[in-house]
Amino acid sequence: MAYTLYDKLWNSHVIREEADGTVLLYIDRHLVHEVTSPQAFEGLKLAGRQPWRISSIVATADHNTPTTDWDKAEGTAAIDDPISRQQVETLDANIREVGALAYFPFKNINQGIVHVVGPEQGATLPGMTVVCGDSHTSTHGAFACLAHGIGTSEVEHVLATQTLVAKKSKSMLVSVEGDLGAGVTAKDVALAIIGKIGTAGGTGYAIEFAGSAIRSLSMEGRMTLCNMAIEAGARAGMVAVDEKTIEYVKGRPFAPKAEVWDAAVAYWNTLHSDEGAQFDTVVELPAAEIVPQVTWGTSPEMVIGVDGRVPDPALEADPVKKGSIERALNYMGLQANTPITEIAVDKVFIGSCTNSRIEDLRAAAAVIQGRQKSPSVKQVLVVPGSGNVKAQAEQEGLHHLFLAAGFEWREPGCSMCLAMNADRLEPGERCASTSNRNFEGRQGQGGRTHLVSPAMAAAAAISGHFVDIRQF
Amino acid sequence: MKAFTQLNGLVCPLDRANVDTDAIIPKQFLKSIKRSGFGPNLFDEWRYLDHGEPGQDCSQRPRNPDFVLNFPRYQGAQVLLARENFGCGSSREHAPWALEDYGFRVVIAPSFADIFFNNCYKNGLLPIVLAAEAVDQLFRECEAQDGYTLTVDLAQQTVTTPGGTSFAFDITEHRKHCLLNGLDEIGLTLAHAEEIRRYEEVRRQQQPWLFA
Ligand code: SF4
Repeated sequence: MAYTLYDKLWNSHVIREEADGTVLLYIDRHLVHEVTSPQAFEGLKLAGRQPWRISSIVATADHNTPTTDWDKAEGTAAIDDPISRQQVETLDANIREVGALAYFPFKNINQGIVHVVGPEQGATLPGMTVVCGDSHTSTHGAFACLAHGIGTSEVEHVLATQTLVAKKSKSMLVSVEGDLGAGVTAKDVALAIIGKIGTAGGTGYAIEFAGSAIRSLSMEGRMTLCNMAIEAGARAGMVAVDEKTIEYVKGRPFAPKAEVWDAAVAYWNTLHSDEGAQFDTVVELPAAEIVPQVTWGTSPEMVIGVDGRVPDPALEADPVKKGSIERALNYMGLQANTPITEIAVDKVFIGSCTNSRIEDLRAAAAVIQGRQKSPSVKQVLVVPGSGNVKAQAEQEGLHHLFLAAGFEWREPGCSMCLAMNADRLEPGERCASTSNRNFEGRQGQGGRTHLVSPAMAAAAAISGHFVDIRQF
Repeated sequence: MKAFTQLNGLVCPLDRANVDTDAIIPKQFLKSIKRSGFGPNLFDEWRYLDHGEPGQDCSQRPRNPDFVLNFPRYQGAQVLLARENFGCGSSREHAPWALEDYGFRVVIAPSFADIFFNNCYKNGLLPIVLAAEAVDQLFRECEAQDGYTLTVDLAQQTVTTPGGTSFAFDITEHRKHCLLNGLDEIGLTLAHAEEIRRYEEVRRQQQPWLFA
């Protein structure tokens, strides 16, 4: 029988199956961060239970940590907000008590956004089931993992049993064939797919991304793409193993070594959909049709090519959709039919688990070419995804380019992706952001987010408004 | 977990599509290390006119009179009527905690985001998917009639209107069983501990790199 990649990952992790299709699924890797874990550790302790397999746990603090002034005080004392500090310290205490394969606390060189750290450390390996109390766990699907976000009760369930109670999703193949145009990145592919199928288009599905355009993406690009699978409604997105996958994993701290490595590679090379495997749904998007994308509304599906205009609700027949467009334009402070390139931005954010890897920072730096940020732009934040990404960027001198252009070079963390720390938009401020969500208030109450690729964000910083990177 | 069997509850209609978990409970409240007490901050940015921070006394804050949850006729609602893709966005379980802490026991919508949908069951909150036309009808009836209630019967898997129309809904046997009996899922799973251990042993042999 011909199996999909999803079938293979699923079948290899089923421990038992009930008559109604509910299964007990084994979890290989459990990523833990400070925001969604405290209640789970507490629940475990209250029930008098022990963690099942601590060698599955990789933990770091990222959501709540500040991105400036790390040196001003020892350890967590550098976190001003007392509630945030308590959360980070609670994680410290829980890991100290319970243990982990690896823990990268606040200020550790390996600390960073959990979805950047896992792959970087080789803690994310092909064929694994990977879970984390964070919806963007789908990122790890770039390594042909079955990876998805879970809630805090499930975090506790995985801690206690190393399993999840789950039901298989339907399978969707998103195929992007052809060559991507110059200036078109993985981020644009992700946004174009969401624009096509909608934010609920993938609900109930696990998506496999395939086609020559996907294979041409670097591992970083594939992570960007799988990261945003959740914004298309799919819990999991994945890409088959190829040489790039194996090349990326090789030599990383937690990757297998010596003869175990060879056995692992032999297995990993089976992690692709078989010829003739059947998907429940197939979506095709020719690479040639994808242009650089910019979101205009308050949902990632409210997206259009940079050469387009803000849509006109008057042209929408469906009353629910029409209402959504009107509400979004009102919140975003936009007029219908405005060309995207005429929208001016107040701030720019380059970071988040979608676009904070070294390749993203290189792409943003390459756009600058000795120019300065526009005087009309109040702030440009560049927030590397991890301490290692930061160190690498500094070794390449990228930080000099950012600083010379008037951008701010920060410490790693989630930062203004969700604005839980001090990095945020003020009401009414408009931001070109490389993150993944443009929901109302996501980057600060009343803040207005436009999702773009790193190169498009840097170009907007220099121009003061969106520009078509292909002509920049 | 609280058991759920049957409920006749007041309905509050939230007529927006794609309500995300950031809207259900804004992120500043995620800094808590507890799982209770989120009810007063449910839909915080829509419900209040000022900016909310954790630890505030919400009874003193200015309310947004135009937000449906603040309408006098919907006070005490236990059933939330919603539009498609309810609960999209972040996986934060704080969203169902906030809904439950506020007093909701049921959310009805034409579709839900997957992770939110799962999280509801773990917290004694019943998410019900009904056809878009059925949801439209409930919105119309609810807005037209003060004190509109729905009867939700989990054993029968039905939602019944005051007019006597019944809509059937789907739920997996496992979830239904857990919810009806208020069972702790971890305890149920640990009953299979031996099986988990056996599975783990086999994989340890086959794929030792996973257990390094
Ligand atoms: S960067 Fe943003 S989306 Fe990614 S884990 Fe952090 S908060 Fe979540």
